[in-house]
Amino acid sequence: MIAFAYTRFEFVRMFRNPRFLIFSIGFPLILFFAIAAPNRNVRSFNGSGISFPLYYMVGLAAFGTMAGMIATGARIANERTTGWTRQLRITPLSTRAYFRAKILTAYVTALLTIALLYLAGVSLGVSMPARDWLEMTGLILIALLPFAALGIFLGHLVTTDSMGPAIGGGTSLFAFLGGTWFPLGSHGFLHDLGQLLPSYWLVQAAHLAVGGHPWHAMAWAVIAVWTAVLSVGAAFAYRRDTKRV
Amino acid sequence: MGHLDLDREDPGSLQASAPRRTEGIRAAGLTKSFKAPQGIVRAVRGIDLTIPIGQTMALLGPNGAGKSTTIDMMLGLSAPDAGSVSVLGGTPQEAVDAGLVSAMLQAGALIRDVNVRELVGMVAALYPRPMAVGDVLELVGIADLGARRTQKLSGGQTQRVRLAVALVADPQLLILDEPTVAMDVEGRHGFWAAMRAFTARGRTVIFATHYLEEADDNADRIVLMAHGQIVADGAPTEIKARVGRRTIRATLVDVAPERLRDLPGVAAVDRHGDTVSLNCTDSDAAIRALLGAYPAAHHIEIAGAGLEEAFLELTGDEDVPAVGEAA
Repeated sequence: MIAFAYTRFEFVRMFRNPRFLIFSIGFPLILFFAIAAPNRNVRSFNGSGISFPLYYMVGLAAFGTMAGMIATGARIANERTTGWTRQLRITPLSTRAYFRAKILTAYVTALLTIALLYLAGVSLGVSMPARDWLEMTGLILIALLPFAALGIFLGHLVTTDSMGPAIGGGTSLFAFLGGTWFPLGSHGFLHDLGQLLPSYWLVQAAHLAVGGHPWHAMAWAVIAVWTAVLSVGAAFAYRRDTKRV
Repeated sequence: MGHLDLDREDPGSLQASAPRRTEGIRAAGLTKSFKAPQGIVRAVRGIDLTIPIGQTMALLGPNGAGKSTTIDMMLGLSAPDAGSVSVLGGTPQEAVDAGLVSAMLQAGALIRDVNVRELVGMVAALYPRPMAVGDVLELVGIADLGARRTQKLSGGQTQRVRLAVALVADPQLLILDEPTVAMDVEGRHGFWAAMRAFTARGRTVIFATHYLEEADDNADRIVLMAHGQIVADGAPTEIKARVGRRTIRATLVDVAPERLRDLPGVAAVDRHGDTVSLNCTDSDAAIRALLGAYPAAHHIEIAGAGLEEAFLELTGDEDVPAVGEAA
């Protein structure tokens, strides 16, 4: 009951904040149309056999959701600055319920981003077997777990002033090293480094339908370790973050 | 003073394990320091304090006295470096988790993108036995603002909503950290009228303030803090007698200071040219006597001594600089 009241409250606030929605959901969508629409008829991107719209639909699904998850941190940092987080701490709302609401709202935003990108993709002629749509979506959602934790971690660690650079830098770095913008190839330093990052497997999950590496044991291990480490970090940051800011 | 409100049994709350509660708060040797750019700030230096249930207590002191830091420890928002504090028979966190305590923290904005009713309603849902949202809005005088978005409220309205957020919990213990700081005179009146309606129900209230008048008008007891320590503790009349001196300034020629010092209620006299300043323990008696004896006195001003001055007098010129109220 308690958790429900607070979760609903978070949803209401999120959907009333047009800036947040535009940047989290609108931005990947606009980027997709800007890149893919002029090339909608390219059936084989760079001779890969993958259509241009499909390639960028999945790429931006990975990038947009990752950015959205990390951007949760900006909302949290803002709530800390206003003193709201301290006010919430002196209510019976449990830490667990607080985290759950934050993660749930972040996930709903991610799902919206994904759904709208899929629709946009379909409007530009993308088609895939139902099984591929589902598997891809499922793996993306799992690969977003560490980023949900990262958003909360940053939100309770960084001040509003430095949140912009932290989010922008963090997102760009993970996106770049994870192969969001260009394929990392199948060997070499960048590839080896990329494999250790959750963003690499997020991109692979999104690219599954277009011939990316399927997840093997290492993928699950990388996601699990990052999720565990960042969750511990987030919990730690939340616990020590009781000061007036 | 107020009945002890122990008849509300919350199954599953503290009550099962905690001893019968007769103390609102007991602090022993409470100590807290901070690292600040200026160096280590010893914000609270060994506070011992027991507050019985049903009392309305003012924590009075200038900025930097350690009031907010003390309150943070009472609410479990920060852990003391040394000493301990218990709240309603348990730890602060236990009291918070059981929904027995709520607070209006120091001035802050409200969260955006919700209306007043939604905000207060959400907070109400977090507590085991909240007040009805409509009743709370009525109590704090904002019944007409329920549908207003929080970012569209004035300063005074915001403070009332923040009070509503604290009151809706219907807590056994309510803590207010400088609640009226952003309000005008009218706002203050409305605020304390709402608070009196609440304290009439026998609840324990602690409020921090740096206005002597506010403490005097609204508290059963005043605890005076300076430099992180309690420097006086007593009934408002006692405290007021110690720090509530007033100064009468008047233009008055050809009267020797010694003769003015003999007037009733006057403690000390200063003369600068034609202007005399009378430091008074009882300014009412002093002004009557002054005008009776010296009708020529004119340009008369009566001012309450600033708390800061009063504290300096009370605490002596302490070694410690008052570094800002710990960021």
